[in-house]
Amino acid sequence: MAEIFPDKDLMYEDEIPGGAHWSLLLRRGTVLRLIDKAGGANVGMLFYNPQDLLERYNAPDTLKCQHTFKLTKGHCLYSDMGRIFCSIIEDTVGWHDTVGGNLTDAAMDKRWVTKNYQQYRNDWTLSGQRSFLVELSKHGLNKRDMAANVNWFSRVYVDDDGNMLFDPDNSKAGASVDLRFEMDTLVIFHTCPHPMNPAKEYPKKPLVYQLRKARPVEGDDLCMNSRPENQRGFQNNAIYHLQGGY
Amino acid sequence: MIVTSPRTKDSAVYREVVEAGDYWMQVINNGQTLRILDLEGNQAADTLFYNADDPAERYSAIDTIREQGNVYLTAGSKLLSNECSLMLEIVADTCGRHDTLGGACATESNTVRYALEKKCMHACRDSWMLAVAQNEQFGMTKRDITHNINFFMNVPITPEGGLSFADGISDAGKYVELKAAMDVIVLISNCPQLNNPCNAYNPTPIEVLIWDE
Repeated sequence: MAEIFPDKDLMYEDEIPGGAHWSLLLRRGTVLRLIDKAGGANVGMLFYNPQDLLERYNAPDTLKCQHTFKLTKGHCLYSDMGRIFCSIIEDTVGWHDTVGGNLTDAAMDKRWVTKNYQQYRNDWTLSGQRSFLVELSKHGLNKRDMAANVNWFSRVYVDDDGNMLFDPDNSKAGASVDLRFEMDTLVIFHTCPHPMNPAKEYPKKPLVYQLRKARPVEGDDLCMNSRPENQRGFQNNAIYHLQGGY
Repeated sequence: MIVTSPRTKDSAVYREVVEAGDYWMQVINNGQTLRILDLEGNQAADTLFYNADDPAERYSAIDTIREQGNVYLTAGSKLLSNECSLMLEIVADTCGRHDTLGGACATESNTVRYALEKKCMHACRDSWMLAVAQNEQFGMTKRDITHNINFFMNVPITPEGGLSFADGISDAGKYVELKAAMDVIVLISNCPQLNNPCNAYNPTPIEVLIWDE
């Protein structure tokens, strides 16, 4: 990874413990690198247009526009308005999930022992659902705005009959994925476990994230040219920027 | 799984033909059964469900497929809300498989999938926008439009991670029936798409029937 971004390009680095949540406002032209520090991480993520919060990440559009069930290098993440929030410009994992959804309070309680705040303080256990609600509320959003999320570092695949399977060994310590933002984006995320994770205890896997300034998007850009659909998605972004959209 | 229905059309309490490009938005009550009938074959019915008492609770594609452990819907599938509550169950299905990961067509996603010049062709999301605008009593807006079911649509997913829109597996007279486990608002767009095989490039009418049990 070092060859595409030398250390001097690093503008900011932060760590979020496992089972926690945060949000970021990322400008167009920023690269967000997500690093699975310990291996086996899951990062649930949602995307919104800060200029029009009704515009949000759309998993079905993202999948059908690119004829894929998984997300990896070369793919773009689409909004419901035919625009690209971000492109996956590097990926050492190879498969990220966007259909497994989110851990609910009830599912967490059923699978693991829920640890409350009173007794455990910040070693408590949080669900992805509660985490998203807290971060969404900070921006005036609620469950009506919640859509299918990405689960970075997690792999959900199907057998020939469509049965869904979870791969517990998908992501190793140090694995990373680079997202280049193609428009200003509100990013809501948590580090709570994937709802299909079979671990015996609630897994707490930390996330390191880094911000860098992106290289200009050239005509031979991998993500823009990986499919003709993505060329048109980039055209839609260009038209949006012409109209004063960020 | 193919399961035929014991219900006869004569005993239905409601019947209406919905033409391609139109929407259908009605409340069905807890215990009632809804049939969506593919009149001429290979038509896609893009469908959303909401709790009639609180539309912020709505059908959740991802919770439904995860909890049943399979990406396809058919007879026996329990349709769950974003609160993981049972909304409806598929009690009959003569098609065998329905999609809930392909989403609906929108004018904007059509520009990406086909051509920027196709942006003014009619699309399911426009039908839904008109539906929420003309039915203000439900208090819904674009905010409430989420990931739908595509009844009769064939979207195979491969173990390698592929997803495609394939030729339909439905035929004239095939149907799906859903029994409501709560009072639900049903919002259907009878798909007007002309650019892919989801409705065999030929959008056709569907019929909606309701029984009291």
